[in-house]
Amino acid sequence: MILLDMVPQAEWTFWKWVEFFALDKWPEFLTGAGVTLLISITGTIVGFIIGLLVAVFCKIPVKATDSFVKTAFIKFFKFLMQVYIEVFRGTPMIVQAMVIYYGTASIFHYSMNRLFAGIFIVSINTGAYLSEIVRGGIESIDKGQFEAAHTIGLRHGQMMRHIVLPQAIRNIMPAIGNEFVINIKDTSILSVISVTELFFTSKSIAGTYYKYFETFIITSIIYFVLTFTVTRILRAIEKKMDGPSSYTMLENQDAAVIKELD
Amino acid sequence: MNDIIIETKNLKKNFGKNEVLKGIDFTASRGEVVCIIGASGSGKSTFLRCLNLLEMPTSGDVFYEGANILDKSTDQYKTRTKMGMVFQQFNLFNNLTVLQNCMIGQTSVLKRSTTEAEDTAMKYLDTVGMSQFVNAKPNQISGGQKQRVAIARALSMEPDVLLFDEPTSALDPEMVGDVLNVIFSLAKSGFTMIVVTHEMDFAREVSDRVVFMDEGVIAEEGPPEVIFNNPKNDRTRAFLTRILNKNGLL
Ligand SMILES: Nc1ncnc2c1ncn2[C@@H]1O[C@H](COP(=O)(O)OP(=O)(O)O)[C@@H](O)[C@H]1O
Ligand SMILES: [Mg+2]
Repeated sequence: MILLDMVPQAEWTFWKWVEFFALDKWPEFLTGAGVTLLISITGTIVGFIIGLLVAVFCKIPVKATDSFVKTAFIKFFKFLMQVYIEVFRGTPMIVQAMVIYYGTASIFHYSMNRLFAGIFIVSINTGAYLSEIVRGGIESIDKGQFEAAHTIGLRHGQMMRHIVLPQAIRNIMPAIGNEFVINIKDTSILSVISVTELFFTSKSIAGTYYKYFETFIITSIIYFVLTFTVTRILRAIEKKMDGPSSYTMLENQDAAVIKELD
Repeated sequence: MNDIIIETKNLKKNFGKNEVLKGIDFTASRGEVVCIIGASGSGKSTFLRCLNLLEMPTSGDVFYEGANILDKSTDQYKTRTKMGMVFQQFNLFNNLTVLQNCMIGQTSVLKRSTTEAEDTAMKYLDTVGMSQFVNAKPNQISGGQKQRVAIARALSMEPDVLLFDEPTSALDPEMVGDVLNVIFSLAKSGFTMIVVTHEMDFAREVSDRVVFMDEGVIAEEGPPEVIFNNPKNDRTRAFLTRILNKNGLL
């Protein structure tokens, strides 16, 4: 698609090529960046949910009073979760992509949608990392919080939901943000299964004109803008989670004022 | 006073090979204020924590209103809500405001409506003199204020018994008085309370009975006048001499 009446010339300078790619190929770059962002956002969110579920499940206490079946089931499931975490942390994502994408194709004779495959791979890979991070977050919470929750009679799930996870998630926000940034960059790996994210798109553009340096200068700027923006947004979210740094004192117990507060 | 609310029989607790409680027989009657004193490491906290099952006893029995709470048929969660606990380290929920700290148990466990929970919370925050601070997060208030909120949180569950584990030991000296005053007035209003404390003047004034624990056993118990003025046990005498000397009271 030629948007400007620019026809590539052999004698063009480096900067002329960069200008050409920027002005003429921006829709492709934009689509590629969009796919990258889509995969990394979805992958991080789904991975986070997986991480939460796995970590919380692995924290379910087994009581002496529980039945044998329940105990056995919980233990078996915890074992499976451990296997999941070890396998996905212990192998490169690029290899996981190949195995999952070509594996489903050859075993089930079914070709996954490439975008879906990309999101799927990033999600379960992120899930394995974030499970460990969430676990660390839960374990970093002062045991007094658990004890206070127990003494007012909160159940395990209520305690997790209202007390422990909000604090743990706040504490691990920097680590989640880090994982998100890594995902933006590592999504480039998915080019091996031809997902048309930013890296794959750049490679095709570059290949067409045989101009790699010129193309990838633009690509690197886009990656940087993406990660930089995401980092700033996450910082702002962390601030927001902390709530106001000061509180207002109530002069009298005006019920209306109190309502407004929650 | 023989309306017994809490009773333990031959209560033992080991941590590994370390036998921390060596067979405690204890009773508390409704409306009674019992202070537990004793040297650090004598098992006071462990004993208190066995009452609401923060620690699982190794052997022996714990009865609440006549029901053995170690029985499978007893609802342990329900029993816990009947026993409020106040910790040395306050343990306010850090992610919640003062008001929310006093509401979460009511809405989640007692299934009270938000309005009712809020009214109840405000009532008890008022009792402890903290109703102006509903908006604050725990890290924005002082230790003494935190402890008063922790008491309001326990009261908001409207328990039958209050357990205090050294409620003033982590406080700056000038804040101890405020917290002791709150506990004192609760005691006078007829609450059943078991208080582990190193504040001997307070124990003398507030308690109906003083229990002296030593190396995992109850070495001596009795009315405060007897324990403080005329202890029978040599170890009680030695402990009191030590602690009163340290406080410059002798
Ligand atoms: N969770 C635990 N694990 C191992 N030992 C413990 C634990 N809690 C308490 N202990 C031991 O039990 C003994 C009594 O402790 P504690 O009940 O806290 O005494 P006190 O409250 O009278 O100072 C101490 O020797 C302490 O080290
Ligand atoms: Mg103690």
